Amino acid sequence: MKTVIIKYNAGNIQSVLYALERIGVSAMVTDAIEEIQTADKVIFPGVGEASTAMQYLRERKLDELIISLPQPVLGICLGMQLMCTHSTENDTACLGIFEEQVKQFETSDPTIKVPQIGWNTITALKTPLFKGIAENSFAYFVHGYYAAKGKHTIATTNYIQDYSSALQKDNFFGVQFHPEKSAQVGEQIIQNFLSL
Amino acid sequence: MLTKRIIPCLDIKDGRTVKGVNFEQLRDAGDPIELGALYAKQGADELVFLDITATIEKRKTLSELVNKIAHRINIPFTVGGGIKTEEDVSILLQNGADKISINTAAFQNPAIINRFAKNFGSQCVVLAIDTKLEADGNWYVYLKGGREKTNTLTMDWAKQAVDLGVGEILLTSMNHDGTKKGFALDITAALSSILPVPIIASGGGGTEAHFYDVFTEGKADAALAASIFHYKELTIPDLKNYLNKKGISVRI
Repeated sequence: MKTVIIKYNAGNIQSVLYALERIGVSAMVTDAIEEIQTADKVIFPGVGEASTAMQYLRERKLDELIISLPQPVLGICLGMQLMCTHSTENDTACLGIFEEQVKQFETSDPTIKVPQIGWNTITALKTPLFKGIAENSFAYFVHGYYAAKGKHTIATTNYIQDYSSALQKDNFFGVQFHPEKSAQVGEQIIQNFLSL
Repeated sequence: MLTKRIIPCLDIKDGRTVKGVNFEQLRDAGDPIELGALYAKQGADELVFLDITATIEKRKTLSELVNKIAHRINIPFTVGGGIKTEEDVSILLQNGADKISINTAAFQNPAIINRFAKNFGSQCVVLAIDTKLEADGNWYVYLKGGREKTNTLTMDWAKQAVDLGVGEILLTSMNHDGTKKGFALDITAALSSILPVPIIASGGGGTEAHFYDVFTEGKADAALAASIFHYKELTIPDLKNYLNKKGISVRI
């Protein structure tokens, strides 16, 4: 099986690679279109800012490539947000796979910190991505923007309000949390994705 | 619900973990990778590795250690010690660190905070502040592992650093560190109430009740401790069960 991690100007790519290595899976980090097209599984990671990431993807035609992929694709954190239609982070048009809107957490309560950093629960789990994962399992989150709940929501988390902690449409999956940093739960989710 | 985090801290010297009692009298407490993996398995929410002998010659050793940690540990971890430049940060992140912590170098050159935040994202920039309550009733910033006093108030520095882009603050009270008599609740609560970033309280955690106090009265988002975990005076599962029973949201 060929697993590819899409290389672009975002953080945490190495962390995803090392997480795969921990579970005995070797992967290729690449932005070469042919390598990505011929992969069995594609991981689209990311920590960073939406507009600069989208600009980078467009310049390399990775935007057109990602939406055309027929194999299972897993977006992580910013990767998932970029798979949505639009992010209010610098008013950025994104890839448009998921119709859910990406907005900034807003609160008037000074004791609630934005971004959300830490472990939170995932509930209302759907699809084989969460096979064997118990309701209310904990996952590690670091994000100031969130995808609203919608028809593609396959996991829900509450921070200030309920939002989509995972999305799915056809072969495209996205998780807001970091499975590569979410202990055994995260490793199981990565295994599940690789088994799709 | 977002949980409160329990963070063991591993001070590293020559590839081994040590813990300074009041920043002196270093004692050896084992292999950092083994110890980190054990904590992760026990339910630690994050780990902090602080290289207390970070010098230019040792940096390669540290990055190799970080790489080994990243290949072994499945929870987030922060690395600190002697980080001054974008290259320092880049090497550590490339080797798998999730966050870096800066202290003296950031105080002496605050512009690096802004550059690190822009280049790598605020989420990976942790500002460590060593603070001490003086006889005048004010909390002051200390540098160089607590050896050098400044005339800057901790609140002022913390606010400035947040404006420059730090994503979290790791606040160590020198008055409390090593005493096992409880965290500095007042300065922790003061920072947490005003600043929009998470505050990690450090220094003085000796009993389960101290952690309860720092998450309630101290309003901390996370609590860090070292020797009490290293010497098994308190285990992470016991601590988390205690906090859970007392109504504190923790990951179990």
